[in-house]
Amino acid sequence: MRYLPLSNADRSAMLGVIGAANIDALFCDVPQSARQAELFDLPLGQGEMAVEAELARLARQNRAAGEGPFFCGAGAYRHHIPASVDHLIQRSEFLTSYTPYQPEIAQGTLQVLFEFQTQVARLTGMELANASLYDGSTATAEAVLMAARITRRSKVVLSGGLHPHYAETVQTLATAAGLQVIRRPLAVDDEAAVLSDLDADCACVVVQTPNLFGTASDISAIGAAAREVGALMVATVTEVVSLGLLQSPGAMGADIVAAEGQSIGNGLNFGGPYVGLFAFHARHLRQSPGRLCGETVDAEGRRGFVLTLSTREQHIRRDKATSNICTNSGLCALAFSIHMTLLGETGLRRLAALNHSRARALRSALGEVNGVSVLTPRFFNEIAVRLPGPAAQWVEGLAERGVIAGVPVSRLAPVAGFDDVLLLCATELTTDADITALVAALKKGL
Amino acid sequence: MNTLMLGRPTRPESQPSPTTENASSLTGGKGLLQAEPLIFERDDYAGTGVDLPEPESAIGEDLAGLLRTAPIGLPGLSEPETVRHYVRLSQANHAIDLAIYPLGSCTMKHNPRLNEKMARLPGFADLHPLQPTSTTQGALALIDRLAHWLKTLTGLPAVAMTPKAGAHGELCGILTIRAAHQARGDVSRDTVLVPSSAHGTNPATAAFVGYKVVEIAQTVDGRVDLADLAAKLGPHVAAIMVTNPNTCGLFERDILEIARLTHAAGAFFYCDGANFNAIVGKVRPGDLGVDAMHINLHKTFSTPHGGGGPGAGPVVLSAALAPFAPIPYVTHGETGFQVVEAAEQAFGRMSAFHGQMGMFVRAYAYMLSHGADGLRQVAEDAVLNANYVKARLAGALTQPFPEGPCMHEALFDDRWLEGSGLSTLDIAKAMIDEGFHPMTMYFPLVVHGAMLIEPTETESRAEIDRFCDMTLALAEAVKRGETERFQAAPQLAPRKRLDETRAARSPKLVFPVEDAQRRGAT
Repeated sequence: MRYLPLSNADRSAMLGVIGAANIDALFCDVPQSARQAELFDLPLGQGEMAVEAELARLARQNRAAGEGPFFCGAGAYRHHIPASVDHLIQRSEFLTSYTPYQPEIAQGTLQVLFEFQTQVARLTGMELANASLYDGSTATAEAVLMAARITRRSKVVLSGGLHPHYAETVQTLATAAGLQVIRRPLAVDDEAAVLSDLDADCACVVVQTPNLFGTASDISAIGAAAREVGALMVATVTEVVSLGLLQSPGAMGADIVAAEGQSIGNGLNFGGPYVGLFAFHARHLRQSPGRLCGETVDAEGRRGFVLTLSTREQHIRRDKATSNICTNSGLCALAFSIHMTLLGETGLRRLAALNHSRARALRSALGEVNGVSVLTPRFFNEIAVRLPGPAAQWVEGLAERGVIAGVPVSRLAPVAGFDDVLLLCATELTTDADITALVAALKKGL
Repeated sequence: MNTLMLGRPTRPESQPSPTTENASSLTGGKGLLQAEPLIFERDDYAGTGVDLPEPESAIGEDLAGLLRTAPIGLPGLSEPETVRHYVRLSQANHAIDLAIYPLGSCTMKHNPRLNEKMARLPGFADLHPLQPTSTTQGALALIDRLAHWLKTLTGLPAVAMTPKAGAHGELCGILTIRAAHQARGDVSRDTVLVPSSAHGTNPATAAFVGYKVVEIAQTVDGRVDLADLAAKLGPHVAAIMVTNPNTCGLFERDILEIARLTHAAGAFFYCDGANFNAIVGKVRPGDLGVDAMHINLHKTFSTPHGGGGPGAGPVVLSAALAPFAPIPYVTHGETGFQVVEAAEQAFGRMSAFHGQMGMFVRAYAYMLSHGADGLRQVAEDAVLNANYVKARLAGALTQPFPEGPCMHEALFDDRWLEGSGLSTLDIAKAMIDEGFHPMTMYFPLVVHGAMLIEPTETESRAEIDRFCDMTLALAEAVKRGETERFQAAPQLAPRKRLDETRAARSPKLVFPVEDAQRRGAT
């Protein structure tokens, strides 16, 4: 086996040093009845060529997004990733290192995390950010739990514009933690509806902008109303490229920002691994979950970085920890940070404007298709449309003709009244030819 | 050519090279290591390393009032500057590709590059999680195949694939167990039993779900105390969470009795599968009475650790627990593979989408490469290497549990340092000066000054010997009383000892905005 360096001669010599008769002697603590004498009923090992052939065969059974017209968004976005990003994250010293527990020989990872935290804090308009969580959905759930710790309250209100997967993740984890979760009904443009459930028992309201339907909203008034009753506003962002164009959640009064960072530096990967961005105010630092990297000095006074405030974390606090989280999404955070460094503010603003202009082109083209009505009033790069008939059927039909038309709402939430609603996204990778192909396919009908 | 120059040597001959103690450079660099500033420490933030086309239309009027007006404060670097920045930073990191990375409990094994290549095939990497399933049959088939391998290797009939890391898997397992108790109307169970040697995530997870955490005592030979377990079990206990092999690197000899007692009390047996590498291909946790176990794909199945994630933590489940697994999951029907997004008894959803697909591809490539035969060899070599370390260091270091073999990791304590004035931390930092990454230190908490060494199966005998020789040389230096070598260590790393107290006392977690403004940046 090519990954195993020991030879049989090594093995017997080492058994000799140990003083064991054979390898089974080292497994003597395992109950005899549980020791499998035979090989498991699985294929034997294979060389690189065979493994590569098998995985290539499986990969070919998928229709990659880049193979043709493609309009899916709804929490995962297809953007161009500069070649240097993937090259750099495959540096051995980044790819094959562990959590930086020995900071003197992990300054590379640590400085990256410090820069990442700064980038995320600035992008979201918040004072602080952590070293990443798993993804946007779990980050939103952690934000809700943090809000409950800060306010010592147990009621949570989720906007009807929040991605249903996010809402379900929050519902699962927050309910498990003993909180009461109220989900507002799906709505294209009614973030303010959370206010009808807002009262002095509320830990937080959760609003997403742009929301599931692509609607961008000014959420300042919601934040102000929440503050009035001592509740917090958690702002969720699934498409962070929007922050190159739109007002930051921090500037709109968010107390905690939970975002999906996949759009910057990370591919679609069929849903994971992604990177959860988590930003908050300094006054709430001690209640925050996840790893934090902080600046300090070494014995000679030189600047260096360490993981810090771990007294909040599970490996120190055990059952009193702020979260059970151990791993973050280090390599995806690195990819995010590198791509953001390449973009800079100049590139990010340009990228955001480009996305918006491609979405405008998509919107005006769809506006000319009979029977299709655009629902989203104010959008960044996603729009929702009502189709004649169930959206899922349209999507399947168009996929057979080579067009991946978007995400039917019914795929995410089987809710009456939304059966015929389709979510579409355009990015800098969406061409005029893609849009023309989509429109032609829609006009042709099912 | 100037004739005066002829015959003049181009470099000085036989001059003695001067040496200085603790040589330091004038400007902060050090040999090949460049002093690399933060990206925020630039005067000009306006640059960029991407060339994007001009947007063809203006911003829509509908967005008036929603637009960002103030500067964001994000510096942009050209591509060459970006590449240098990150390559320079990378050189300050240790990595498994450089040398043995003997962190006990972390399973730092070689990461095959084939797996990276496979995960980047456009059919996997450029695939949207919500595309119509008719266009993602290969991806769903891969999830199904990986699930089959995990079920076969663990001897359990079901697996929840979506948890994103080990701790996320623990949460999934405990929520499944809670749902199973609730489904049979058994709502009074409010306690989870956890051995004192457990990973911190175990009690954190149980407490997160609202369970009381009660510790199980440990025997003098480093195992679960059966009598204590029996005394603490009862109708109030929902589950026990036991790591096996445990965090002392030992197999729980009484595992069958632990399972029997647990089941007799009506509780479930959750196994922390962090140490599955020691038994993969040889022992099925299902045969040990385990009801649920997470599998860290980033440990046993070698998906890279990436400086702290991403991980992946699928949870195998017994038949009794399977109906309560979270959505979504993959099934096979008449029209091929389907994604089940709603199930009556499912406890809920762990996260958006299908889990860590990128990690699934890597883990599956790893499994296919090894096969049933190779995986068995993985466990055997991992255990052999750890016992070899144990044997080689036994004479110089002290062991809390010297009797019998260990499994995949060798545990030492700090009694051998008594009277030397040195601590486990000092030994670890001295290892850095010798060019090695230290072992896990101060874990498990039940052993004083613990040093937990896990070589893994991908280390050669020569590399393990190099590590052992180095450790023995340090032990000799301890005996000789060279305390300064240890207390001042590391001297030769990119940084000397870092002041962690200062970092925690006045946290500086981001580059301050005012610093950037002072520098003239926008």
